[in-house]
Amino acid sequence: MNVSLFCALARTFRILMSLTRQDVEKIAHLARLSITVEEMPVYVASLSSIVDFVDELSRAETGGVEPMAHPLEGQHQRLRPDAVSETDHREKYQANAPSVQAGLYVVPRVIE
Amino acid sequence: MLHNLTIGELAEHLATGRLSSVELTRHFLARIERLNPALNALITLTADEALATAAAADRRLAAGESGPLIGIPLIHKDIFCTDGVRTSCGSRMLDNFIAPYDATVVARLKAAGAVMLGKANMDEFAMGSSNETSYYGPVKNPWDTAKVPGGSSGGSAAAMAARFASFTTGTDTGGSIRQPAALTGVTGVKPTYGRVSRFGLVAFASSLDQAGVFARSAADAATVLKAMAGFDPLDSTSVDTPVPDYPALLDAPLKGMKIGLLREFFDGLEARAAALIHDALKIYTSLGASTVEVSLPHLPLSVPTYYVVAPAECSSNLSRFDGVRFGYRCEQPKDLADLYKRSRGEGFGAEVKRRIMTGTYVLSAGYFDAYYLKAQKVRRLITDDFRAAFLKVDLLIGPTTPTPAFDIGAKIDDPVTMYLNDIYTIGANLAGLPGLSLPCGFVDGLPMGLQLMGPHFSEAKLLNAAHQFQQMTDWHNRTARGYE
Repeated sequence: MNVSLFCALARTFRILMSLTRQDVEKIAHLARLSITVEEMPVYVASLSSIVDFVDELSRAETGGVEPMAHPLEGQHQRLRPDAVSETDHREKYQANAPSVQAGLYVVPRVIE
Repeated sequence: MLHNLTIGELAEHLATGRLSSVELTRHFLARIERLNPALNALITLTADEALATAAAADRRLAAGESGPLIGIPLIHKDIFCTDGVRTSCGSRMLDNFIAPYDATVVARLKAAGAVMLGKANMDEFAMGSSNETSYYGPVKNPWDTAKVPGGSSGGSAAAMAARFASFTTGTDTGGSIRQPAALTGVTGVKPTYGRVSRFGLVAFASSLDQAGVFARSAADAATVLKAMAGFDPLDSTSVDTPVPDYPALLDAPLKGMKIGLLREFFDGLEARAAALIHDALKIYTSLGASTVEVSLPHLPLSVPTYYVVAPAECSSNLSRFDGVRFGYRCEQPKDLADLYKRSRGEGFGAEVKRRIMTGTYVLSAGYFDAYYLKAQKVRRLITDDFRAAFLKVDLLIGPTTPTPAFDIGAKIDDPVTMYLNDIYTIGANLAGLPGLSLPCGFVDGLPMGLQLMGPHFSEAKLLNAAHQFQQMTDWHNRTARGYE
């Protein structure tokens, strides 16, 4: 079936969702993203349509094919001498931090 | 008018003193002030810094220094870190972020004497094909302000089409230079992966991201790419291979060149769009090139492959935004988990959250093999198809996009339909190949792009072929009404 037609049907009838609300809540937690109650149905529908779309890959015959992680294979990660190459920019970098104190990043209390 | 002169012509005027960089900079700044409100192509204008840089360029020229980009104005996509200047990446997350250093691309162009006028609008974190996901609002297409300019480098493309600078920079992860270049009628180059440094470029999908250029012609793009490209020890995937003298190679004859016509790119392509590609082929034939039809059987799987690989890398890269060290932090976090979740939930827009979650899902336990590993295997099959094709032909040719620019709002609610807009451009990113889009005509009064792709490090050949086409046509000299 045509992909956009599929999505439109899935949206209209709220059927054929390959992900449940519980699935999306779990994914959002793993990704440390707060998703509002209003946003949730939109993500359940759109993530389901994306998962259905990429499921097309399962049709490809990939027996014996090595996974490819990098487009220029044969290039090796370079090593460099273990010597100091950077100067101290702490103040400049910390100027972008939401909250700092005495050169440290401040977060809510972690240990009571 | 100054904004319609080529980089070469401007450099000559600047060298002889008939024109100063300050005058040229003021001209573009006035043009931006007058015309940008209708387009929203810029997020940040750096007028004062630009005039100071232009004055410094004028001093360099007066001292007898020469260089093709000294005093030439440009606009950077707001994904490149610019020391002391806000680098938002189109996101609320980085709305308050002042980059503490320059990206290598920025540093190189600065050293070459180019003058930054400002930072261009873009899809949030470069995730989008229409420039509608920006926190700073959509960019409008100069050819029709009801249409999108494409994305993710939509601001850079619109700014080039509107002649707001002599050139603009962009990045291309799945077509984000070539697709907006096509939809706005400018020339856009996505170099080979590793050709241009990624240092200081806010990361989206690190095995696909590549920086490149928008220009009014292939000749101008050649001048800029020569200054941008080259080995950078600060980028672990930068390739240490010499940069050819691209401008010097533009005039090589095309006689004997073998051009491959991609069969898969014409399946379902509208007749008027296909006709433009066939017209372009006639021009190449008249220049002595021969054409053969080639097939890349796995190419139709490139979009689903990309929408596993890119979100996976995105979910990993964007985990750095934690509300602690830089970027947006939510109000009154009740504990550390709340700080992470709400800072990210409120700081990222809908499409970025969708991609992070897609990536988190395909990398999660139980799904990794079925999605991520599978996509990496198909990525190899697609790359092998390209490799086989380049044993038979020098370049591949086809359309850049299936249609001209679409209406703002038309696809934003249906992510999969939006993703399919990148169907012709994604293959080059998966295989790490260079690609170029150049204007080749109009459909419904809107520009269409011709796409050239070549083997790794064949930028010189792509620019040469594009330049020869532009010697025979004037599509690249057309500007939208009101932007002449």
